[in-house]
Amino acid sequence: MRKKQLLDEARLLLVGIPVALWTLIPVYHLVLFAISPRDTATSGRLWPENPTLQNFDTVFNQKHFYLNHFWVQLGNSLAIALAVGAITLFVATCAAFAISRLRVRGGRTVMNLALFTYFIPAAFLAVPMYKTMANYGLLNSRWSLVLAMVTIASPYCIWVLKQASDKLPWELDEAARIDGASPMQLFRLVYLPLMVPSLVAVGTYSLLLAWNEYLYAFLLLSKETDLTLAVALGNFLAADDSPWEVLMATGLVYALPPAAIYYAFKRYMVSGLTAGAVKS
Amino acid sequence: MVVPYLIIFVVFVVYPVGYGLWLARDPQNYVQLAEDPVFFRSVINTVVFLLVAVNLKMVIALGLSGFFVHTRWWIKILAVLFILPWAAPSIPTILSVRFMLNPEWGIINSIYFQLTAQDGPNWLNDPLLALSFSMLVHIWKSLPFWTLILLAGRLAIPSEQYEAASVDGATRWQRFRHITWPSMRSLYVTCVLLSMIWTLGDFNSVYLLTGGGPADLTHVLATLGIRYLRLDQINLAMASIVAALPLVLPLVYVMMKRLSK
Repeated sequence: MRKKQLLDEARLLLVGIPVALWTLIPVYHLVLFAISPRDTATSGRLWPENPTLQNFDTVFNQKHFYLNHFWVQLGNSLAIALAVGAITLFVATCAAFAISRLRVRGGRTVMNLALFTYFIPAAFLAVPMYKTMANYGLLNSRWSLVLAMVTIASPYCIWVLKQASDKLPWELDEAARIDGASPMQLFRLVYLPLMVPSLVAVGTYSLLLAWNEYLYAFLLLSKETDLTLAVALGNFLAADDSPWEVLMATGLVYALPPAAIYYAFKRYMVSGLTAGAVKS
Repeated sequence: MVVPYLIIFVVFVVYPVGYGLWLARDPQNYVQLAEDPVFFRSVINTVVFLLVAVNLKMVIALGLSGFFVHTRWWIKILAVLFILPWAAPSIPTILSVRFMLNPEWGIINSIYFQLTAQDGPNWLNDPLLALSFSMLVHIWKSLPFWTLILLAGRLAIPSEQYEAASVDGATRWQRFRHITWPSMRSLYVTCVLLSMIWTLGDFNSVYLLTGGGPADLTHVLATLGIRYLRLDQINLAMASIVAALPLVLPLVYVMMKRLSK
Protein backbone atom coordinates (compact mmCIF):
# COMPACT_ATOMS: atom_id res chain seq x y z
CA MET A 1 0.00 0.00 0.00
CA ARG A 2 2.78 2.39 0.97
CA LYS A 3 4.60 1.62 -2.26
CA LYS A 4 1.49 2.44 -4.25
CA GLN A 5 1.15 5.79 -2.50
CA LEU A 6 4.73 6.68 -3.35
CA LEU A 7 4.14 5.70 -6.93
CA ASP A 8 1.05 7.93 -7.08
CA GLU A 9 2.99 10.83 -5.61
CA ALA A 10 5.79 10.34 -8.13
CA ARG A 11 3.31 10.23 -10.96
CA LEU A 12 1.77 13.52 -9.82
CA LEU A 13 5.20 15.13 -9.57
CA LEU A 14 5.95 13.91 -13.06
CA VAL A 15 3.09 16.12 -14.25
CA GLY A 16 3.53 18.92 -11.72
CA ILE A 17 7.17 19.73 -12.41
CA PRO A 18 6.79 20.20 -16.19
CA VAL A 19 3.63 22.25 -15.59
CA ALA A 20 5.48 24.52 -13.16
CA LEU A 21 8.41 24.97 -15.56
CA TRP A 22 6.14 25.59 -18.57
CA THR A 23 4.15 28.20 -16.65
CA LEU A 24 7.01 30.02 -15.01
CA ILE A 25 9.79 30.15 -17.61
CA PRO A 26 8.46 33.13 -19.61
CA VAL A 27 7.57 34.97 -16.39
CA TYR A 28 10.93 34.19 -14.83
CA HIS A 29 12.70 35.38 -17.97
CA LEU A 30 10.77 38.64 -17.77
CA VAL A 31 11.78 39.20 -14.15
CA LEU A 32 15.36 38.14 -14.88
CA PHE A 33 15.68 40.83 -17.53
CA ALA A 34 14.02 43.46 -15.38
CA ILE A 35 16.65 43.07 -12.65
CA SER A 36 19.70 42.61 -14.89
CA PRO A 37 22.15 45.46 -15.49
CA ARG A 38 22.37 46.69 -19.06
CA ASP A 39 25.68 45.07 -19.99
CA THR A 40 24.92 41.60 -18.67
CA ALA A 41 21.24 41.39 -19.55
CA THR A 42 21.97 39.27 -22.62
CA SER A 43 24.73 37.14 -21.18
CA GLY A 44 22.54 34.04 -21.09
CA ARG A 45 22.96 33.46 -17.37
CA LEU A 46 20.06 32.06 -15.39
CA TRP A 47 20.61 34.49 -12.51
CA PRO A 48 22.28 37.91 -12.88
CA GLU A 49 25.66 38.33 -11.19
CA ASN A 50 24.69 41.71 -9.81
CA PRO A 51 20.91 42.01 -9.58
CA THR A 52 19.88 45.65 -9.67
CA LEU A 53 16.85 47.89 -9.44
CA GLN A 54 18.55 50.34 -11.79
CA ASN A 55 16.05 49.56 -14.57
CA PHE A 56 13.11 50.55 -12.42
CA ASP A 57 14.89 53.81 -11.63
CA THR A 58 15.20 54.38 -15.37
CA VAL A 59 11.48 53.70 -15.79
CA PHE A 60 10.15 55.74 -12.88
CA ASN A 61 12.39 58.71 -13.59
CA GLN A 62 11.73 58.54 -17.33
CA LYS A 63 15.42 58.32 -18.13
CA HIS A 64 15.07 56.72 -21.54
CA PHE A 65 13.62 58.32 -24.65
CA TYR A 66 11.21 55.40 -25.06
CA LEU A 67 9.87 56.31 -21.64
CA ASN A 68 9.72 60.10 -21.81
CA HIS A 69 6.01 59.99 -21.05
CA PHE A 70 5.90 56.94 -18.78
CA TRP A 71 3.79 58.53 -16.04
CA VAL A 72 1.38 60.14 -18.48
CA GLN A 73 0.96 56.83 -20.28
CA LEU A 74 0.46 54.96 -17.03
CA GLY A 75 -2.17 57.56 -16.15
CA ASN A 76 -3.83 57.08 -19.54
CA SER A 77 -4.00 53.32 -19.03
CA LEU A 78 -5.53 53.84 -15.63
CA ALA A 79 -8.01 56.55 -16.65
CA ILE A 80 -9.15 54.61 -19.72
CA ALA A 81 -9.53 51.37 -17.74
CA LEU A 82 -11.55 53.12 -15.03
CA ALA A 83 -13.75 54.90 -17.58
CA VAL A 84 -14.41 51.68 -19.46
CA GLY A 85 -15.19 49.86 -16.22
CA ALA A 86 -17.62 52.53 -15.04
CA ILE A 87 -19.42 53.09 -18.36
CA THR A 88 -19.68 49.37 -19.11
CA LEU A 89 -21.03 48.72 -15.65
CA PHE A 90 -23.70 51.39 -16.14
CA VAL A 91 -24.71 50.29 -19.62
CA ALA A 92 -24.68 46.56 -18.86
CA THR A 93 -26.50 46.80 -15.53
CA CYS A 94 -29.30 48.88 -17.01
CA ALA A 95 -29.68 46.54 -19.96
CA ALA A 96 -29.58 43.37 -17.86
CA PHE A 97 -32.13 44.78 -15.40
CA ALA A 98 -34.50 45.79 -18.17
CA ILE A 99 -34.19 42.48 -19.99
CA SER A 100 -34.30 40.18 -17.01
CA ARG A 101 -36.46 41.95 -14.42
CA LEU A 102 -38.65 44.41 -16.33
CA ARG A 103 -39.04 41.98 -19.25
CA VAL A 104 -39.11 44.82 -21.75
CA ARG A 105 -40.42 43.97 -25.19
CA GLY A 106 -37.67 42.97 -27.58
CA GLY A 107 -35.39 42.20 -24.67
CA ARG A 108 -34.64 38.75 -26.01
CA THR A 109 -33.69 40.20 -29.37
CA VAL A 110 -31.35 42.70 -27.75
CA MET A 111 -29.75 39.89 -25.77
CA ASN A 112 -29.23 37.84 -28.91
CA LEU A 113 -27.78 40.81 -30.78
CA ALA A 114 -25.40 41.43 -27.90
CA LEU A 115 -24.38 37.78 -27.78
CA PHE A 116 -23.80 37.78 -31.50
CA THR A 117 -21.52 40.80 -31.15
CA TYR A 118 -19.71 39.06 -28.33
CA PHE A 119 -18.92 36.09 -30.54
CA ILE A 120 -17.58 38.10 -33.45
CA PRO A 121 -13.86 38.29 -32.68
CA ALA A 122 -12.88 41.83 -31.74
CA ALA A 123 -9.89 41.69 -34.08
CA PHE A 124 -12.30 41.53 -37.04
CA LEU A 125 -14.16 44.60 -35.90
CA ALA A 126 -10.95 46.58 -35.47
CA VAL A 127 -10.60 47.88 -39.03
CA PRO A 128 -14.23 49.01 -39.42
CA MET A 129 -14.05 50.53 -35.95
CA TYR A 130 -10.95 52.46 -36.94
CA LYS A 131 -12.66 53.85 -40.04
CA THR A 132 -15.77 54.66 -38.04
CA MET A 133 -13.84 56.59 -35.41
CA ALA A 134 -12.19 58.53 -38.22
CA ASN A 135 -15.63 59.38 -39.64
CA TYR A 136 -16.86 60.49 -36.23
CA GLY A 137 -13.77 62.65 -35.82
CA LEU A 138 -12.83 60.80 -32.66
CA LEU A 139 -9.56 59.37 -33.91
CA ASN A 140 -6.58 60.31 -31.73
CA SER A 141 -8.87 61.09 -28.85
CA ARG A 142 -8.71 58.81 -25.83
CA TRP A 143 -12.52 58.69 -25.93
CA SER A 144 -12.36 56.62 -29.09
CA LEU A 145 -10.59 53.85 -27.18
CA VAL A 146 -12.96 54.14 -24.22
CA LEU A 147 -16.03 53.86 -26.46
CA ALA A 148 -14.57 51.03 -28.51
CA MET A 149 -13.72 49.04 -25.38
CA VAL A 150 -17.17 49.67 -23.89
CA THR A 151 -18.64 48.30 -27.12
CA ILE A 152 -16.50 45.19 -26.87
CA ALA A 153 -16.93 44.63 -23.15
CA SER A 154 -20.67 45.25 -22.69
CA PRO A 155 -22.22 42.28 -24.53
CA TYR A 156 -20.51 39.75 -22.30
CA CYS A 157 -21.23 41.81 -19.19
CA ILE A 158 -24.92 42.09 -20.08
CA TRP A 159 -25.05 38.38 -20.56
CA VAL A 160 -23.34 37.49 -17.28
CA LEU A 161 -25.53 39.97 -15.39
CA LYS A 162 -28.68 38.69 -17.06
CA GLN A 163 -27.82 35.10 -16.13
CA ALA A 164 -27.20 36.16 -12.53
CA SER A 165 -30.33 38.28 -12.23
CA ASP A 166 -32.54 35.58 -13.73
CA LYS A 167 -31.69 33.58 -10.62
CA LEU A 168 -33.03 36.20 -8.20
CA PRO A 169 -36.45 35.20 -6.81
CA TRP A 170 -39.46 36.92 -8.37
CA GLU A 171 -41.16 37.23 -4.99
CA LEU A 172 -38.75 40.05 -4.16
CA ASP A 173 -39.93 42.15 -7.10
CA GLU A 174 -43.56 41.41 -6.29
CA ALA A 175 -43.15 42.29 -2.64
CA ALA A 176 -41.44 45.55 -3.56
CA ARG A 177 -44.18 46.39 -6.10
CA ILE A 178 -46.93 45.71 -3.57
CA ASP A 179 -45.17 48.10 -1.23
CA GLY A 180 -45.49 50.64 -4.05
CA ALA A 181 -41.90 50.70 -5.29
CA SER A 182 -41.36 52.23 -8.71
CA PRO A 183 -39.10 50.38 -11.19
CA MET A 184 -36.29 52.82 -10.34
CA GLN A 185 -36.65 52.12 -6.62
CA LEU A 186 -36.77 48.42 -7.33
CA PHE A 187 -33.54 48.80 -9.29
CA ARG A 188 -31.77 50.87 -6.68
CA LEU A 189 -32.98 49.31 -3.44
CA VAL A 190 -33.56 45.67 -4.31
CA TYR A 191 -31.71 44.79 -7.47
CA LEU A 192 -28.32 46.48 -7.07
CA PRO A 193 -27.55 45.30 -3.53
CA LEU A 194 -28.32 41.70 -4.48
CA MET A 195 -26.16 41.83 -7.59
CA VAL A 196 -22.97 43.08 -5.92
CA PRO A 197 -20.84 39.94 -6.51
CA SER A 198 -21.69 39.85 -10.22
CA LEU A 199 -21.19 43.60 -10.53
CA VAL A 200 -17.72 43.27 -9.04
CA ALA A 201 -16.89 40.45 -11.45
CA VAL A 202 -18.18 42.34 -14.48
CA GLY A 203 -16.58 45.64 -13.51
CA THR A 204 -13.23 43.98 -12.96
CA TYR A 205 -13.54 42.10 -16.22
CA SER A 206 -14.09 45.23 -18.29
CA LEU A 207 -11.46 47.20 -16.41
CA LEU A 208 -8.83 44.53 -17.06
CA LEU A 209 -9.96 44.12 -20.66
CA ALA A 210 -9.30 47.82 -21.27
CA TRP A 211 -5.99 47.90 -19.40
CA ASN A 212 -4.70 44.87 -21.31
CA GLU A 213 -5.92 45.91 -24.76
CA TYR A 214 -3.22 46.36 -27.34
CA LEU A 215 -4.75 46.15 -30.85
CA TYR A 216 -7.43 48.83 -30.49
CA ALA A 217 -5.15 51.08 -28.46
CA PHE A 218 -2.45 51.10 -31.10
CA LEU A 219 -4.94 51.62 -33.92
CA LEU A 220 -6.94 54.41 -32.32
CA LEU A 221 -4.30 56.42 -30.48
CA SER A 222 -1.25 57.99 -31.98
CA LYS A 223 -0.11 61.05 -30.04
CA GLU A 224 2.76 60.15 -27.71
CA THR A 225 0.99 61.64 -24.69
CA ASP A 226 -2.32 59.87 -25.49
CA LEU A 227 -0.89 56.37 -25.64
CA THR A 228 -1.57 53.69 -23.11
CA LEU A 229 1.30 51.77 -21.56
CA ALA A 230 0.41 48.75 -23.70
CA VAL A 231 1.13 50.65 -26.91
CA ALA A 232 4.24 52.24 -25.42
CA LEU A 233 5.55 48.73 -24.73
CA GLY A 234 4.81 47.64 -28.27
CA ASN A 235 6.68 50.68 -29.57
CA PHE A 236 9.91 49.33 -28.07
CA LEU A 237 9.85 46.82 -30.91
CA ALA A 238 10.35 49.59 -33.46
CA ALA A 239 14.13 49.22 -33.20
CA ASP A 240 16.24 46.06 -33.09
CA ASP A 241 18.57 47.44 -30.45
CA SER A 242 15.82 48.26 -27.96
CA PRO A 243 16.86 48.28 -24.32
CA TRP A 244 15.29 44.97 -23.40
CA GLU A 245 16.02 45.24 -19.71
CA VAL A 246 14.18 48.57 -19.52
CA LEU A 247 11.31 47.21 -21.61
CA MET A 248 10.97 44.22 -19.30
CA ALA A 249 11.07 46.42 -16.20
CA THR A 250 8.29 48.55 -17.71
CA GLY A 251 6.43 45.39 -18.65
CA LEU A 252 6.63 44.17 -15.10
CA VAL A 253 5.28 47.45 -13.75
CA TYR A 254 2.49 47.25 -16.33
CA ALA A 255 1.64 43.62 -15.59
CA LEU A 256 1.58 43.81 -11.80
CA PRO A 257 -1.64 45.81 -11.17
CA PRO A 258 -3.93 43.64 -13.35
CA ALA A 259 -2.39 40.44 -12.02
CA ALA A 260 -2.86 41.68 -8.45
CA ILE A 261 -6.47 42.68 -9.13
CA TYR A 262 -7.08 39.35 -10.75
CA TYR A 263 -5.80 37.45 -7.75
CA ALA A 264 -7.62 39.72 -5.31
CA PHE A 265 -10.96 39.18 -7.06
CA LYS A 266 -10.27 35.64 -8.17
CA ARG A 267 -13.17 34.27 -6.14
CA TYR A 268 -15.63 36.59 -7.85
CA MET A 269 -14.01 36.18 -11.23
CA VAL A 270 -14.08 32.41 -11.22
CA SER A 271 -17.60 31.97 -9.89
CA GLY A 272 -19.11 34.97 -11.69
CA LEU A 273 -17.39 34.65 -15.02
CA THR A 274 -16.90 30.94 -15.55
CA ALA A 275 -20.55 30.37 -14.82
CA GLY A 276 -21.27 32.86 -17.59
CA ALA A 277 -18.51 31.79 -19.94
CA VAL A 278 -19.55 28.20 -20.32
CA LYS A 279 -22.98 26.89 -19.60
CA SER A 280 -22.80 23.19 -20.30
CA MET B 1 -33.18 51.15 -19.79
CA VAL B 2 -31.83 49.16 -22.72
CA VAL B 3 -31.46 52.44 -24.59
CA PRO B 4 -27.83 53.17 -23.55
CA TYR B 5 -26.75 49.82 -24.91
CA LEU B 6 -28.84 50.18 -28.06
CA ILE B 7 -27.19 53.53 -28.78
CA ILE B 8 -23.75 51.96 -28.41
CA PHE B 9 -24.83 49.02 -30.53
CA VAL B 10 -26.10 51.19 -33.38
CA VAL B 11 -23.28 53.73 -33.30
CA PHE B 12 -20.35 51.37 -32.78
CA VAL B 13 -21.51 48.04 -34.18
CA VAL B 14 -24.22 48.50 -36.81
CA TYR B 15 -22.68 51.55 -38.44
CA PRO B 16 -19.09 50.21 -38.60
CA VAL B 17 -20.22 46.84 -39.92
CA GLY B 18 -22.50 48.44 -42.49
CA TYR B 19 -19.86 50.91 -43.54
CA GLY B 20 -17.29 48.12 -43.73
CA LEU B 21 -19.54 46.03 -45.94
CA TRP B 22 -20.12 49.06 -48.14
CA LEU B 23 -16.36 49.62 -48.50
CA ALA B 24 -15.93 45.97 -49.45
CA ARG B 25 -18.81 45.94 -51.97
CA ASP B 26 -16.66 45.97 -55.13
CA PRO B 27 -16.18 42.39 -56.43
CA GLN B 28 -12.84 43.55 -57.79
CA ASN B 29 -11.54 43.58 -54.20
CA TYR B 30 -12.10 39.86 -53.88
CA VAL B 31 -10.35 39.13 -57.15
CA GLN B 32 -7.39 41.13 -55.90
CA LEU B 33 -7.56 39.37 -52.56
CA ALA B 34 -7.63 35.93 -54.18
CA GLU B 35 -4.55 36.84 -56.19
CA ASP B 36 -2.61 37.83 -53.08
CA PRO B 37 -0.58 34.81 -51.92
CA VAL B 38 -0.47 36.27 -48.41
CA PHE B 39 -4.25 35.92 -48.17
CA PHE B 40 -4.18 32.29 -49.17
CA ARG B 41 -1.37 31.59 -46.73
CA SER B 42 -3.27 33.35 -43.93
CA VAL B 43 -6.33 31.18 -44.47
CA ILE B 44 -4.18 28.04 -44.29
CA ASN B 45 -2.41 29.33 -41.16
CA THR B 46 -5.73 30.16 -39.52
CA VAL B 47 -7.12 26.70 -40.20
CA VAL B 48 -3.93 25.09 -38.86
CA PHE B 49 -4.13 27.34 -35.81
CA LEU B 50 -7.75 26.35 -35.16
CA LEU B 51 -7.25 22.63 -35.68
CA VAL B 52 -3.85 22.11 -34.07
CA ALA B 53 -3.60 24.76 -31.36
CA VAL B 54 -7.18 24.55 -30.11
CA ASN B 55 -7.37 20.76 -30.01
CA LEU B 56 -3.94 20.36 -28.47
CA LYS B 57 -4.79 22.97 -25.86
CA MET B 58 -8.15 21.42 -24.96
CA VAL B 59 -6.75 17.89 -24.69
CA ILE B 60 -4.00 19.15 -22.39
CA ALA B 61 -6.53 21.17 -20.40
CA LEU B 62 -8.72 18.09 -20.01
CA GLY B 63 -5.74 16.09 -18.78
CA LEU B 64 -4.53 18.82 -16.44
CA SER B 65 -8.00 19.24 -14.97
CA GLY B 66 -7.58 15.62 -13.89
CA PHE B 67 -4.26 16.55 -12.30
CA PHE B 68 -5.58 19.56 -10.40
CA VAL B 69 -8.47 17.63 -8.80
CA HIS B 70 -5.92 15.93 -6.55
CA THR B 71 -5.72 17.46 -3.11
CA ARG B 72 -2.10 18.04 -2.12
CA TRP B 73 -0.66 21.16 -0.55
CA TRP B 74 1.85 21.62 -3.37
CA ILE B 75 -0.81 21.21 -6.04
CA LYS B 76 -2.78 24.03 -4.38
CA ILE B 77 0.27 26.30 -4.64
CA LEU B 78 0.90 25.19 -8.19
CA ALA B 79 -2.73 25.96 -9.09
CA VAL B 80 -2.23 29.54 -7.93
CA LEU B 81 0.95 29.95 -10.00
CA PHE B 82 -0.61 28.14 -12.93
CA ILE B 83 -3.11 30.91 -13.68
CA LEU B 84 -0.37 33.56 -13.93
CA PRO B 85 -0.27 33.46 -17.76
CA TRP B 86 -4.01 34.11 -17.82
CA ALA B 87 -3.94 36.82 -15.17
CA ALA B 88 -1.02 38.78 -16.65
CA PRO B 89 -1.47 40.99 -19.73
CA SER B 90 -0.18 39.36 -22.90
CA ILE B 91 2.22 42.03 -24.14
CA PRO B 92 5.03 41.72 -21.57
CA THR B 93 4.95 37.94 -21.52
CA ILE B 94 4.79 37.54 -25.30
CA LEU B 95 7.68 39.98 -25.69
CA SER B 96 9.56 37.99 -23.07
CA VAL B 97 9.16 34.86 -25.20
CA ARG B 98 10.15 36.84 -28.27
CA PHE B 99 13.41 37.83 -26.61
CA MET B 100 14.06 34.29 -25.44
CA LEU B 101 13.93 33.25 -29.08
CA ASN B 102 16.19 36.00 -30.41
CA PRO B 103 18.86 34.24 -32.46
CA GLU B 104 21.82 36.35 -31.31
CA TRP B 105 21.12 37.40 -27.74
CA GLY B 106 18.20 35.23 -26.72
CA ILE B 107 18.67 33.02 -23.70
CA ILE B 108 17.73 29.86 -25.59
CA ASN B 109 20.47 30.24 -28.14
CA SER B 110 22.94 31.35 -25.44
CA ILE B 111 22.38 28.09 -23.60
CA TYR B 112 22.44 26.21 -26.89
CA PHE B 113 25.83 27.77 -27.60
CA GLN B 114 27.17 26.94 -24.16
CA LEU B 115 26.14 23.32 -24.57
CA THR B 116 27.09 22.68 -28.18
CA ALA B 117 29.50 25.51 -29.02
CA GLN B 118 27.40 26.11 -32.12
CA ASP B 119 25.04 28.90 -33.07
CA GLY B 120 21.42 27.99 -32.49
CA PRO B 121 18.76 28.19 -35.17
CA ASN B 122 17.08 31.47 -36.06
CA TRP B 123 13.80 30.32 -34.55
CA LEU B 124 11.42 32.96 -35.83
CA ASN B 125 12.93 33.09 -39.29
CA ASP B 126 11.42 29.79 -40.30
CA PRO B 127 7.72 30.14 -41.13
CA LEU B 128 6.75 26.74 -39.76
CA LEU B 129 8.71 27.20 -36.51
CA ALA B 130 7.46 30.78 -36.14
CA LEU B 131 3.84 29.69 -36.51
CA SER B 132 4.43 26.82 -34.09
CA PHE B 133 5.82 29.21 -31.51
CA SER B 134 2.82 31.49 -32.00
CA MET B 135 0.61 28.52 -31.28
CA LEU B 136 2.66 27.64 -28.20
CA VAL B 137 2.37 31.21 -26.91
CA HIS B 138 -1.37 31.06 -27.54
CA ILE B 139 -1.61 27.77 -25.63
CA TRP B 140 0.57 29.11 -22.82
CA LYS B 141 -1.72 32.10 -22.40
CA SER B 142 -5.12 30.45 -22.54
CA LEU B 143 -4.49 26.98 -21.10
CA PRO B 144 -5.14 28.06 -17.47
CA PHE B 145 -8.59 29.40 -18.29
CA TRP B 146 -9.79 26.23 -19.99
CA THR B 147 -8.22 24.03 -17.34
CA LEU B 148 -10.19 25.93 -14.69
CA ILE B 149 -13.42 25.52 -16.63
CA LEU B 150 -12.91 21.81 -17.18
CA LEU B 151 -11.82 21.43 -13.55
CA ALA B 152 -15.15 22.95 -12.48
CA GLY B 153 -16.84 20.42 -14.76
CA ARG B 154 -14.96 17.55 -13.18
CA LEU B 155 -15.71 18.71 -9.65
CA ALA B 156 -19.42 18.70 -10.49
CA ILE B 157 -19.35 14.93 -11.02
CA PRO B 158 -20.69 13.21 -7.87
CA SER B 159 -17.85 11.39 -6.12
CA GLU B 160 -20.13 8.42 -5.33
CA GLN B 161 -19.79 7.39 -8.96
CA TYR B 162 -16.03 7.08 -8.61
CA GLU B 163 -16.33 5.29 -5.28
CA ALA B 164 -18.70 2.77 -6.78
CA ALA B 165 -16.30 2.31 -9.68
CA SER B 166 -13.30 1.61 -7.45
CA VAL B 167 -15.33 -0.92 -5.47
CA ASP B 168 -15.92 -2.64 -8.79
CA GLY B 169 -12.18 -2.49 -9.43
CA ALA B 170 -12.33 -0.16 -12.43
CA THR B 171 -8.99 0.94 -13.90
CA ARG B 172 -8.01 4.57 -14.32
CA TRP B 173 -8.90 4.46 -18.02
CA GLN B 174 -12.24 2.77 -17.39
CA ARG B 175 -13.16 5.45 -14.86
CA PHE B 176 -12.36 8.15 -17.38
CA ARG B 177 -14.08 6.35 -20.23
CA HIS B 178 -17.31 5.50 -18.39
CA ILE B 179 -17.72 8.23 -15.77
CA THR B 180 -15.66 11.35 -16.50
CA TRP B 181 -16.02 11.59 -20.25
CA PRO B 182 -19.79 10.97 -20.54
CA SER B 183 -20.55 13.73 -18.02
CA MET B 184 -18.05 16.18 -19.50
CA ARG B 185 -18.50 15.60 -23.22
CA SER B 186 -21.03 18.35 -23.77
CA LEU B 187 -19.00 20.88 -21.77
CA TYR B 188 -15.87 19.86 -23.65
CA VAL B 189 -17.46 20.38 -27.07
CA THR B 190 -18.80 23.79 -26.01
CA CYS B 191 -15.32 24.72 -24.82
CA VAL B 192 -13.72 23.64 -28.10
CA LEU B 193 -16.20 25.69 -30.13
CA LEU B 194 -15.84 28.77 -27.95
CA SER B 195 -12.09 28.45 -27.95
CA MET B 196 -12.09 28.24 -31.76
CA ILE B 197 -14.06 31.48 -31.97
CA TRP B 198 -11.72 33.25 -29.59
CA THR B 199 -8.66 31.81 -31.29
CA LEU B 200 -9.88 33.17 -34.63
CA GLY B 201 -9.58 36.63 -33.09
CA ASP B 202 -6.21 36.05 -31.43
CA PHE B 203 -4.22 38.96 -32.77
CA ASN B 204 -1.53 39.25 -30.09
CA SER B 205 -0.01 35.76 -30.19
CA VAL B 206 0.90 36.17 -33.83
CA TYR B 207 1.42 39.89 -34.22
CA LEU B 208 3.57 40.46 -31.15
CA LEU B 209 5.68 37.34 -31.60
CA THR B 210 6.32 37.17 -35.34
CA GLY B 211 4.73 40.35 -36.67
CA GLY B 212 3.39 38.12 -39.45
CA GLY B 213 6.90 37.41 -40.65
CA PRO B 214 9.12 36.05 -41.99
CA ALA B 215 8.04 37.46 -45.36
CA ASP B 216 4.35 37.68 -44.34
CA LEU B 217 4.18 33.90 -44.11
CA THR B 218 2.73 33.58 -40.60
CA HIS B 219 -0.22 35.97 -40.86
CA VAL B 220 -3.61 34.72 -39.72
CA LEU B 221 -6.99 36.25 -40.58
CA ALA B 222 -6.93 38.27 -37.35
CA THR B 223 -3.71 40.06 -38.31
CA LEU B 224 -4.31 40.25 -42.06
CA GLY B 225 -6.77 43.14 -41.87
CA ILE B 226 -4.21 45.20 -39.95
CA ARG B 227 -1.57 44.36 -42.53
CA TYR B 228 -3.73 45.74 -45.36
CA LEU B 229 -4.61 48.74 -43.25
CA ARG B 230 -0.93 49.52 -42.79
CA LEU B 231 -0.40 49.16 -46.53
CA ASP B 232 -3.21 51.69 -46.92
CA GLN B 233 -5.44 49.15 -48.70
CA ILE B 234 -8.55 49.70 -46.63
CA ASN B 235 -10.83 48.03 -49.16
CA LEU B 236 -8.73 44.91 -49.15
CA ALA B 237 -8.67 44.99 -45.35
CA MET B 238 -12.45 45.00 -45.31
CA ALA B 239 -12.67 42.37 -48.04
CA SER B 240 -10.35 40.08 -46.07
CA ILE B 241 -12.67 40.35 -43.09
CA VAL B 242 -15.74 39.66 -45.20
CA ALA B 243 -13.91 36.69 -46.70
CA ALA B 244 -13.32 35.36 -43.18
CA LEU B 245 -17.04 35.35 -42.41
CA PRO B 246 -17.72 31.87 -43.85
CA LEU B 247 -15.33 30.60 -41.19
CA VAL B 248 -16.69 32.74 -38.36
CA LEU B 249 -20.45 32.69 -38.83
CA PRO B 250 -21.06 28.92 -38.73
CA LEU B 251 -19.10 28.70 -35.48
CA VAL B 252 -21.03 31.64 -34.02
CA TYR B 253 -24.31 30.11 -35.16
CA VAL B 254 -23.60 26.74 -33.56
CA MET B 255 -22.38 28.44 -30.40
CA MET B 256 -25.49 30.60 -30.07
CA LYS B 257 -27.71 27.57 -30.65
CA ARG B 258 -25.92 25.70 -27.86
CA LEU B 259 -26.20 28.61 -25.46
CA SER B 260 -29.89 29.30 -26.01
CA LYS B 261 -30.81 25.68 -25.36
